[in-house]
Amino acid sequence: MAGSDGGGPLLLGVRHHGPGSARAVRAALDTARPLAVLIEGPPEADALVPLAADADMRPPVALLAHAVDEPGRSAFWPFAEFSPEWVALRWALEHGVPARFIDLPAAHTLAWQSADEEQEPGTEKESAGQGQGQGQEPEQDCADGGPGAAAGDGPAGEEDGPGGRGEAGEADGGGGADGRDGDTGDDGGRVRVDPLAVLAGAAGYDDPERWWEDVVEHRGLADDDALAPFLVLEEAMGALREVYGSGGHERDLVREAHMRLQVRAAQREFGADGVAVVCGAWHVPALRRRSTVSADRALLKGLPKVKTDMTWVPWTHRRLARASGYGAGIESPGWYGHLFGVRDRPVVRWMTKVAGLLRDEDRIVSSAHVIEAVRLAETLAAMRGRPLPGLGETTDAVRAVMCEGSDVPLALVHDRLVVGDVIGEVPEGAPAVPLQRDLDRQRRTLRLKPEALEREIELDLRKEIDAGRGRLLHRLRLLGVGWGEPVASRGSTGTFRETWRLRWEPELAVRVAEAGVWGTTVLGAATAKAEADAVAAPGLADVTGLAERCLLADLPDALPVVMRVLTDRAALDADVGHLAQALPALVRSLRYGDVRGTGTGALAEVAAGLAERIFVGLPPACAALDADAAEEMRGHVDAVHAALGLLGDADDAATVPGGAALRTRWRGVLRLLAARDTIPGVIRGRAVRLLLDEGELAAEEAARLMGLVLSPGTAPTDAAAWIEGFVGGGSGGGMLLVHDERLLGLVDTWLTAVPAEAFTDVLPLLRRTFSAYESGVRRTLGELVGRGPRRTERAAAAGHRTPGFAAEPDTGRAVAVLPVVRLLLGLTEGGAERNDGEEGAPARAAGYLTGVGR
Amino acid sequence: MSVSTEPTSAEARGSGSAPADRSDAAADPRAAETTGTEALRPHAEDAFAHELAALAAQDDRPRPVRWKLSPWAVATYLLGGTLPDGTVITPKYIGPRRIVEVAVTTLATDRALLLLGVPGTAKTWVSEHLAAAVSGDSTLIVQGTAGTPEEAIRYGWNYARLLAHGPSRDALVPSPVMRAMAEGMTARVEELTRIPADVQDSLITILSEKTLPIPELNAETQAVRGFNLIATANDRDRGVNDLSSALRRRFNTVVLPLPESVEAEVDIVARRVDQIGRSLDLPGVPDGATEIRRVVTVLRELRDGMTSDGRTKLKSPSGTLSTAEAISVVTNGLALAAHFGDGVLRAGDVAAGILGAVVRDPAADRLVWQEYLEAVVRERDGWTDFYRACREVSA
Repeated sequence: MAGSDGGGPLLLGVRHHGPGSARAVRAALDTARPLAVLIEGPPEADALVPLAADADMRPPVALLAHAVDEPGRSAFWPFAEFSPEWVALRWALEHGVPARFIDLPAAHTLAWQSADEEQEPGTEKESAGQGQGQGQEPEQDCADGGPGAAAGDGPAGEEDGPGGRGEAGEADGGGGADGRDGDTGDDGGRVRVDPLAVLAGAAGYDDPERWWEDVVEHRGLADDDALAPFLVLEEAMGALREVYGSGGHERDLVREAHMRLQVRAAQREFGADGVAVVCGAWHVPALRRRSTVSADRALLKGLPKVKTDMTWVPWTHRRLARASGYGAGIESPGWYGHLFGVRDRPVVRWMTKVAGLLRDEDRIVSSAHVIEAVRLAETLAAMRGRPLPGLGETTDAVRAVMCEGSDVPLALVHDRLVVGDVIGEVPEGAPAVPLQRDLDRQRRTLRLKPEALEREIELDLRKEIDAGRGRLLHRLRLLGVGWGEPVASRGSTGTFRETWRLRWEPELAVRVAEAGVWGTTVLGAATAKAEADAVAAPGLADVTGLAERCLLADLPDALPVVMRVLTDRAALDADVGHLAQALPALVRSLRYGDVRGTGTGALAEVAAGLAERIFVGLPPACAALDADAAEEMRGHVDAVHAALGLLGDADDAATVPGGAALRTRWRGVLRLLAARDTIPGVIRGRAVRLLLDEGELAAEEAARLMGLVLSPGTAPTDAAAWIEGFVGGGSGGGMLLVHDERLLGLVDTWLTAVPAEAFTDVLPLLRRTFSAYESGVRRTLGELVGRGPRRTERAAAAGHRTPGFAAEPDTGRAVAVLPVVRLLLGLTEGGAERNDGEEGAPARAAGYLTGVGR
Repeated sequence: MSVSTEPTSAEARGSGSAPADRSDAAADPRAAETTGTEALRPHAEDAFAHELAALAAQDDRPRPVRWKLSPWAVATYLLGGTLPDGTVITPKYIGPRRIVEVAVTTLATDRALLLLGVPGTAKTWVSEHLAAAVSGDSTLIVQGTAGTPEEAIRYGWNYARLLAHGPSRDALVPSPVMRAMAEGMTARVEELTRIPADVQDSLITILSEKTLPIPELNAETQAVRGFNLIATANDRDRGVNDLSSALRRRFNTVVLPLPESVEAEVDIVARRVDQIGRSLDLPGVPDGATEIRRVVTVLRELRDGMTSDGRTKLKSPSGTLSTAEAISVVTNGLALAAHFGDGVLRAGDVAAGILGAVVRDPAADRLVWQEYLEAVVRERDGWTDFYRACREVSA
């Protein structure tokens, strides 16, 4: 026996999160019945051990350590149901023996983190990526004792160099993965040993993961000796450590010294062989090694320290999985959980589970499928020389038999079963999450009291404290903590002003606790949440909206992810309408960012790209639309036009590369729209109008186009739609008609020529167009039309003249204003007496007025 | 990915459409035809006879009944390797090991194997080599077409004998599938989804009961151990004659993917173009490597819907853009360059071909192509000539 033979402690070397290890640990503990169980983990958590027995505690959960005065600096030690440490913990609690954590205190590991950060100036301090990224390190330790090393020594990620840091969470996950897959040599000269890779290589496997599964996890328990596997493993690790020493993980030596001291202390208390230790297999030989107390003490001297707090937090299977970026480094927590949970025939039961899932998703999977899948998996395992089908074989079999070779349903299986949706729970008694504390602290700094009474506050964003309040409220809103709701500002519309309606309700505390999974600080959590939201957002417009909110909440770290998602969505979205919807929000954000001095370079690029795509896609998208769709598309054209106008403005500040060029190209697109016959009238009319307003199209040209459309060859409904597009929609089109009688004349002529049967079709559309005008405009138009046709015909006959003005002054009307003009000019006396001048004065006055009119 | 990407219809030889010849030559199906090096394209088992012999000689693992090699040796034959005695086995299929393992294992578990994939992913090639390695004979093949009759899968009649002697075994003309059942061999069905649904379904009894009833004679042919069936089907044809779920259930499906990396694909294209060029007696054109890489890159990016640096997403056109199409674009360009150009493969020689490959649907694909040209090609360093050439032909 490992324990009793040498009279030393029972050392159970495990792979963290290995179901086989977990089972073996339970069996070994049942056999040896130790008086105390020591577990690799931060000793600050000793006080939290009893909570593990709580009925409301459901793994996966994690121990969270964070620096008291800096919640962003934190580390996690996750436990799944199938983690050997968790099994040992529960065993101790069930059998009423003390359980203790013996690793180096988190106070030191967290202090190491900060020391490393100082060495690396490029690191952003508070980003979520980092807070949690670093958190992983202890988790990676779990990996498997050995490489786990990566973990325990904390800053695996950091030592990977700047590359590992750049991309927030994911890169860190990568660092973790490296830690296991053999990050030898990657980190510039520092050779790290992956003991599993070495052992697997010796056994002729190229994949250390698979070797470990074959040799340890998938091996049934030997009936005779529960402790034998640990002895064998210890021997193997001993041989490795003789060759590689600490394997490049220098900090392991310190941790092991601490563990040795703790083991010794426990032995004094419970007797030499009354103690069982559960730790990474890599550490076992070091704990077995005899060394003097003083030597160990010397190693531990002068370690940096920070004040830390610990608590239990709920964890999820996704976070255990490597892919999610917070990985504990295991790819298949669901599969492991299954292996740990089932009594027998794991493959058969697994296939049945998969079949059940696929049936729930309406795929036809019969029992015959299950039978064939099991057969294939087993034959594959035999062919690959494995003792039992592993995840690889079962997945291949599921793909070939149940999924008809397709990876699509397989992705579902991976997501739901292999990783799994399991979310842990933590009893209410657990200490508060650091996010709550961070929130409290910020609230105090910003002097915002949580009050149940609803009240409104006005923020002047030019003041620092108000800007801080605005940011905090925006971030909380992103996190789903609806403390404040933005309301429309009264009076002022300046972008530096925000109005919020505040109301704190007790359940918001629960929301904060829930949001705790996103991070330990408000900033970090909001960043992580925004990134996750971006990836999950259903539509393009949602993502642009999110980008806007990221700017409001000042989350520069989330922006790159949001932008990446945005470009991806924009590239794949074939619906120009969606693109056009997205552009205005984006341009708004751009201008807003401009006001705040936020870096918006990426945003500008995306906006330009989006605009390009719209230019390419708009003309074909406008063809062959029905009336409703055309109306909607006109809205898009308007929105894009307005947005591009803003973009062009921003160009002054050189934010958008080629903003002016974009506008030029947009005009090209508008011309195309205006000229193409297959495009609905309402859009064509709109395009002509926009070009006219831009001064891009001369009035004569516009009139010519209008004349073309209103000529008898065009269907009356289409012409009416054109008019709606040209002058409708409250865009001041009425005034245009009032002032340009030629255009009015065209409309008028056309309208009178519309055949009676078509007139009823046209009427509603025209009515809609003209009823939107202000009453004054309507009346003027009515008056003009009342006199109109005769005049315009005459005018046309008279040849050229200024549009909007008659060929000759209307003396009758001029006379009417004469008294006022006289009054103004002080001519009262003379005018009344000099009758002979009556003939000439009105003409003069009219000429004068005309001049004024111009 | 396979070294070869031949058109799938190239191997129609020996299909069930000529049953009369078949029955006479039953003793040696290849007797009547040219063998050896004279053939334009020798069968896998002939072309690689020495490799198969070497594998068989060294194979000490258990073999399923009537298999010429053990499953491990079959996998080695397809994936390549070096035998203990130093014989080098060339890789027949360059791609994920997993695929070959699943395929071989499926054959060993007496389930039928369905190879799916877009055109040009070496389905036929893999099926031929699997049959050659497992049964030593890849010629028991039914070519699926819209006109494939039931006789091609079950049996036909020699009508002269039928009239002269009445119904008997002698008057029966067995299909390749029936012969495979009787002899415990591997049968192949090409383009399964092209076969009309009612004909397809005649496979169900064969695959589930492993027997072929002959009601006319009140007899049956039972499959002996070692019989199995490999079918290939085209992903893009889905819905033409979709497999009934009853039939589908009898198959384990393996999807053959497109090449994983640009390097692998460039390699395949270059090799294959070289072979085709020689067989067509095209004058040698020096140094087409740049254009080949470009063609492969363009087609891959459009196919994957993402640029090769993984930064920008793209829309994908409706065509398949498989490796086979890259090969034809390059071959075409080579012919242009050799006969009408200056003998060097240039951007202009491949541009028209690429346009033809990408723009299959004049409206939607043209939009995709223009977006790609403007957003990706224009910006790329050193691609100016290519951009211009493409603009020229697209205009």
